[in-house]
Amino acid sequence: MICLKNLCFKANRRAILSELSLRVKPGEFVVITGPNGSGKSTLAKIVAGIEQQSSGQIILDGEDISELPITERAKKGIAFSFQQPVHFKGLTVRDLLQIAVTGQETFLDPGVIDFASLLAEVGLDVSYLDREIDKSLSGGELKRVEIASALARPAKLLIFDEPEAGIDIWSFDRLVEVFQKLRKRNCAIIVISHQKRLMAQADRIVVLKDGQIAKSGPAAKMLEELEEEQA
Amino acid sequence: MKTLDQIEKDLFREVADINEIPQGAYNFRINGEAVGRQSSANIDVEGQKGGLKITVKPNTKDDVVHIPVIITKTGFTETVINDFYIGDNADVTIVAGCGIYNCGASRSEHNGVHTFHIGKNAKVKYIEKHYGAGPSTGKWINPTTKVYLAENSYAELELEQIRGVDSTERITEAELKDGAKILIHEKMLTQGRQHAKSHIEALLLGKNSVADIVSRSVATDESRQEFTLHIEGDNECRGHSECDAILQDKGSVIATPSLDAKHVDAQLVHEAAIGKIAGEQLTKLMSLGLTQLQAESQIINGFLK
Repeated sequence: MICLKNLCFKANRRAILSELSLRVKPGEFVVITGPNGSGKSTLAKIVAGIEQQSSGQIILDGEDISELPITERAKKGIAFSFQQPVHFKGLTVRDLLQIAVTGQETFLDPGVIDFASLLAEVGLDVSYLDREIDKSLSGGELKRVEIASALARPAKLLIFDEPEAGIDIWSFDRLVEVFQKLRKRNCAIIVISHQKRLMAQADRIVVLKDGQIAKSGPAAKMLEELEEEQA
Repeated sequence: MKTLDQIEKDLFREVADINEIPQGAYNFRINGEAVGRQSSANIDVEGQKGGLKITVKPNTKDDVVHIPVIITKTGFTETVINDFYIGDNADVTIVAGCGIYNCGASRSEHNGVHTFHIGKNAKVKYIEKHYGAGPSTGKWINPTTKVYLAENSYAELELEQIRGVDSTERITEAELKDGAKILIHEKMLTQGRQHAKSHIEALLLGKNSVADIVSRSVATDESRQEFTLHIEGDNECRGHSECDAILQDKGSVIATPSLDAKHVDAQLVHEAAIGKIAGEQLTKLMSLGLTQLQAESQIINGFLK
């Protein structure tokens, strides 16, 4: 169970998040949506330890992890998929997945791991394992590798920041399948997204506005409300 | 061949991945003397003034010759001149490399001049690793490599300075005839107050000749690196050079590319990027469970792999 209590975050004296509280249970799939600048990505980064909240608490399975650095949070079971993945000259897809699986440097041999099926989940074949994570990969390929690296984590909480960004239509269908499959794991899932097809997969949709939860509820009901608002 | 002590064994392992006397042709040189030499059916290794003459017979297939050099004597300086004649259609791997152990006050220095004459349709892989060990800061290695490629021949040069070399001045030059291709991969790590200078030059004389030069380096502490990469296209040809460097601490790198296109169908490209490890790269690896130090070492090891 991840429990966010009264989270606040300020940047340049401006409140990005204000007294935000949220609970996500193991096995629950929550999509956080909202307009640009509403604080969605900041919230995701704060939970993973990439940004530090100004005040408030983050509790994972009863343990206060509010002050823990990124590495420690990763070791406690928080996995994060970045909206904009980075290139690594010289590092291969296999290297990245090995680190993801073990949380250790690749020169510590993790033994045999079925990376092929991990890549297949995101629509890449086994030949990608020895590809460098450099500019030779397209934006979509890079994004799929990024998602695979999060899926590879032995996580209690998986966070995906706009997984659909940079993904083509064919891959997006595959992405929907990824989340359907992911539901079989008994971990909490938070997805930041604008995509209705992803939202439809969720148990709950949380709408952020100006750094606060504007509304929250079951996916079907919330989708209906969002569509009415847009109509 | 003489019995090696532990320092000598360590140096040979570092520079040529050798743990025992290799099969096939070889020449082992320690402190200016050949301590072991052998030719094989297809590769002739013989002494010449200042070094070796290595001749690979035409049509040789998948053969290897090892010619590593080590220096363990403080204050020892040498210049070695090795000439390689690779016959037409041959396919050979040449493992060179130099290791210096210096624990004294005087400088130890190896200057290696290697000239390759690569025959038509021949294929050469050349692996050269440089390594320094011992507390002295007087470990100097200056290699000059000249490669002459005949029609449709191919050369792949892996030039690596692993660590511990206090000063180096590297010169690598290639001339390519019709259809010839060269790949040069240079990797370098400098630490402390080490200084490294590397000049790589490819002259694309022949039609459809190709040069691909990639230099990757890491400059840490207060070390300094200087690179000049030059490609000249005198015909319908393709040339690409890439110079990437990671800086740490007070390390510094200057990269000066130059492209000289002398033919309307010469396609020459250069890329260069110098900077510290990107914060986003560290954050990504830390989000997978690595500490910052582990993430840095992972990125550098991958970069110089």
